[in-house]
Amino acid sequence: MQYLVSVIHDKRELGTEAERAAVSAFNQRLKAKGHWVFAGGLGSPDTATVIDNRGEEAIFTDGPFLESKEYLAGFWVMEAPDLDVMLELAAEASKACNRKLEVRPFL
Amino acid sequence: MNTVDVRAAITRVHHEEWARIVAALTRRFRDLDIAEEAAAEAFANAVEHWPAEGLPPNPGAWLTTVAIRRAIDRLRRETKRDDKEKEAQMSYDEDRPEPSVAIEDDRLRLIFTCCHPSLALDARVALTLRMVGGLTVPEIARAFLVQETAIGQRITRAKAKIRAARIPYNLPSTEALPTRISGVLAVLYLVFNEGYLATGPDTDPVRQELTAEAIRLTRSIRALMPDDGEVAGLLALMLLIEARRSARVSATGELITLDQQDRGAWDAPLISEGHGLVRERLATGLAPGRYQILAAINAVHTSARDMRDTDWSQVVALYDLLARLDRSPIVALNRAIAVAELEGAEPALIAIEQLEDKLVGYHAYHATRADLLRRLGRTEKARAAYDQAHELAGNTAETAYLKRRRDELG
Repeated sequence: MQYLVSVIHDKRELGTEAERAAVSAFNQRLKAKGHWVFAGGLGSPDTATVIDNRGEEAIFTDGPFLESKEYLAGFWVMEAPDLDVMLELAAEASKACNRKLEVRPFL
Repeated sequence: MNTVDVRAAITRVHHEEWARIVAALTRRFRDLDIAEEAAAEAFANAVEHWPAEGLPPNPGAWLTTVAIRRAIDRLRRETKRDDKEKEAQMSYDEDRPEPSVAIEDDRLRLIFTCCHPSLALDARVALTLRMVGGLTVPEIARAFLVQETAIGQRITRAKAKIRAARIPYNLPSTEALPTRISGVLAVLYLVFNEGYLATGPDTDPVRQELTAEAIRLTRSIRALMPDDGEVAGLLALMLLIEARRSARVSATGELITLDQQDRGAWDAPLISEGHGLVRERLATGLAPGRYQILAAINAVHTSARDMRDTDWSQVVALYDLLARLDRSPIVALNRAIAVAELEGAEPALIAIEQLEDKLVGYHAYHATRADLLRRLGRTEKARAAYDQAHELAGNTAETAYLKRRRDELG
């Protein structure tokens, strides 16, 4: 079972050196225990472009699609047998990256 | 056995066996929806057959067998599900390491699943009452004065989330256990309080079906986890409050405050059971949690034969202990009520008026303030405070009491 772990942030500044080191160590543990699928940090919402090609022609506009104080700063995709295992991993991840997280299952 | 006896027997078996059957089916089929539906069908089957055929020798086993058959029938009918998924539901995963908790019981797994922290609190309450308590959707809707469709949706959505996010049917890990238990107890306490302080115009001030159900569920959790202090504490707390239920509301449906209650009308066996639990926890010498402290406070109240005999310094000391665990202004308010008895209304009033910002929307704040102002002879201010309390109170017995108190001030 795979889960998307979204990293939610509400400040502009990037992660600190210590946070990056903690995330890196956490990722190593994920890989060692077989929970790792993928992860990445994202550029700030200012760097987003919204694409809509549902009509006659593709329209490209300056993003983000939703203006909000909190934004998606990065994500993990993790493998876990059930939500309890997932929540334990997510609690560890939240501590490592020092951010709030949201967990959602893939269909 | 006549029809009336059979009906009574079915009700009894329902109380005793419902959670066990739902739990056993959930373990086997890994699906709450299938378990609930099959259990309900098995009971419907019993209602149909038992009056004519009599009760089977082992009703629980009979019901479980029927329910399992129904569940398998349903799985066979459901062609939408692919075989792989079906197979998974038909088999029980034996490979999973069992968590290191001494007690193994399907019903505990069921309770922990229904009270999972990733479900909204109102969903946990509805799901627990349905799956563990065996209440029907119309019964839950009636108890909480909510539309049946709303309760039905809450339960359906919660079951869907359990399935989609794969909330496991397992006991929590040892590390997570204390937090998860307090999550379960919060649900049971909420059910109890909604029964005890029932809100809404034209409703009974106490909804006994909810207090009774909360006590019954807490008792069964206590049987499953006899060494847990907070489980014992919550049970004691409920028993000591429930013991005063009939003395707390007058024949005309008005709240009778603690000082005016006929203490002879309190339920002695419940008090004695509650006191026994409090003593048992004290004897462990372990630091008490929130429910144990609240139970101890209620034990002090129920030990006094008269309001004047109450050991108020003990009550204040217990609230001090509680305030260290729980910084809520409501704890501070209740502490001030005890202070009023120990040191007088003036210091209590000074203490509670510091809480105004946080408690301005809470009727008990205004009711307490009104009472203290009345005792201090500040009639004008007391009247205004009674009016505010009356406006905010949702319990019919409380509003009747507050109205009379206000009117007595002239």
